[in-house]
Amino acid sequence: MSPATSPSGEPVVELTAVRKEYPGGVAALAGVDLTVRRGEMTAIVGPSGSGKSTLLHIVGTLDRPSSGSVRIAGHEVADLRDRELSALRAQSLGFVFQSFHLAPGVSALDNVADGLLYSGRPLRTRRREAAEVLERVGLADRMAHRPHELSGGQKQRAAIARAIAGDPVLLLADEPTGALDTASGDAVMALLHDLNAGGTTIAVITHDHEIAATLPRRVRLRDGLIVSDTARAAA
Amino acid sequence: MRAARPRPARLSAADVLRTGAAGLRTRPARVVLSALGIAIGIATMISVVGISASGKADVQRRLDRLGTDLLVASPGVSLLTGEKAAFTPGAEKTARRIEGVEHSAATGTLTGTVRRSDKIPEEDTGGITAQAATETLLATLRGELRRGTWLNAGNGRFPSVVLGSVAARRLGVDEIGRQVFIADRYFTVIGILAPLPLAPEIERSALTGWDAAREYLRFDGRPTSVYARSADGAVSRVRGLLPRTIDPRNPQDVKVTDPSAALQAKAAATGAFTDLLLGLGAVALLVGGVGVANTMVVSVLERRHEIGLRRSLGATRGHVRLQFVTESLLLSVLGGAAGMVLGSLATAAYAASAGLPPVVPVWSISAGFAATLAIGTLAGLYPAVRAARLSPTTALQTP
Repeated sequence: MSPATSPSGEPVVELTAVRKEYPGGVAALAGVDLTVRRGEMTAIVGPSGSGKSTLLHIVGTLDRPSSGSVRIAGHEVADLRDRELSALRAQSLGFVFQSFHLAPGVSALDNVADGLLYSGRPLRTRRREAAEVLERVGLADRMAHRPHELSGGQKQRAAIARAIAGDPVLLLADEPTGALDTASGDAVMALLHDLNAGGTTIAVITHDHEIAATLPRRVRLRDGLIVSDTARAAA
Repeated sequence: MRAARPRPARLSAADVLRTGAAGLRTRPARVVLSALGIAIGIATMISVVGISASGKADVQRRLDRLGTDLLVASPGVSLLTGEKAAFTPGAEKTARRIEGVEHSAATGTLTGTVRRSDKIPEEDTGGITAQAATETLLATLRGELRRGTWLNAGNGRFPSVVLGSVAARRLGVDEIGRQVFIADRYFTVIGILAPLPLAPEIERSALTGWDAAREYLRFDGRPTSVYARSADGAVSRVRGLLPRTIDPRNPQDVKVTDPSAALQAKAAATGAFTDLLLGLGAVALLVGGVGVANTMVVSVLERRHEIGLRRSLGATRGHVRLQFVTESLLLSVLGGAAGMVLGSLATAAYAASAGLPPVVPVWSISAGFAATLAIGTLAGLYPAVRAARLSPTTALQTP
């Protein structure tokens, strides 16, 4: 669909036989194989309890699998220590959350600039790059505003700006429209499409089939297993 | 793509401070309240040390002015007669010959009473003693006159008298030229002395010239006290030599006292008082530290989302730990700085009201700062470790 979606791009995410079990024997993921290539825009859909949040955590290196192999941006997660995973997140991953997680009382500019804090850039550079991405997401005139002075849609756009500042290899969005009304939600999705058209690899976790339907690739999850994948079906 | 292992960035000192301060900026009320505990502790300690140091400085200042080099020798009580003996005439001149003695003087107690006039009954002495004094007494005591002149070779032969400050007040004499009745005749007041903290017995005396005492008051010329002012550092040696020099036959009976000893004891006592209050300040500081630790623990619980977000942005456990220790340190230093200002102000205010020279010792400021840093680190360590241990996925969960 989108011209930027080139299935031949190098893999950004490679999951092989990934299982995740929680104490008590509950398997949130029961053997998942998934490859996401550079430039793709993927929806990971499923009802609550299907394991999509666990999948997000594992792809985002916030959690490790019980078994199976996870490669993110070419790094085998099992080989990396906790601090190296942190560095990997700082350099290669961007997160967008349903509830924005913006620091209260801090301007949009500094919220975005703080997203670059752990990449080791100096403050001046962080602020400059933050201003650039805020412009890209259409918040050029809201940089000095604090979160409580922004609308829900603006907050999520600021959060997206924070996630894409520093050009991550992969942008992970967890129910990005979950806390927004339809119009703001559509605007946020349009922004994600624009970013993907500009080359950003994006995975959107959602339970909303309507939103999923607008994305080029859809991976459907149920009971910890992938039940359908439009990319695999096409192949 | 399959590049080297990712390496976490080191935050600059400025970024560490900014991140630590960020948590405080959004919760000003809590910051003030928990820093207050530290502030009270530090202020207590600084002001206790400061006030006691000011008190000591005051005693020291007085000691410096009065000198710790004055010795007073008095004859012992005679074993044979039970009466207070006297030295041989000229004992003060003998004392002057001891190496290190710079001034010496003598007084001799006279038998007559001192009264305002002959109408006052003889029993009503007001505790004032008549004494003969050598001309060197004023210089030896480093005394000053409030009014008039001191005894000299000229006026010392005539019935003239110089009154000590207390004696003058008790006699109601405030100007020179007045007459006071000593023994059986009137003497003219030619001078009134300023207070003499090292020689209260002189403050309570009416002093006549040596010759006048012999001529008009049947004085035998034998000194009953010898005052010796010695050079710096010679005091203890002079003290050892004085009895043998002025009374070679009965040196064991000679009593030598150091009037500045009482003042020195007072300076030492001021110090002993401090330790107790300092302990009290330390307890206050400890309670303040517990307050900071408590604030930090609560803060970590409340800011789970922030911690989760920072982990997702790439913060290592070390970054999170450092952030919370820095926050606790800043909180503590804030309180400590306020406490130092408060403690110094309290010291200055007390010193001003008590007429002391305000002194806040540098060591108390540096000790206070060190205590603040130690407490901040200790109080922040446990909450910081807890924050760092928090799993990012749990931290990000929406409750």
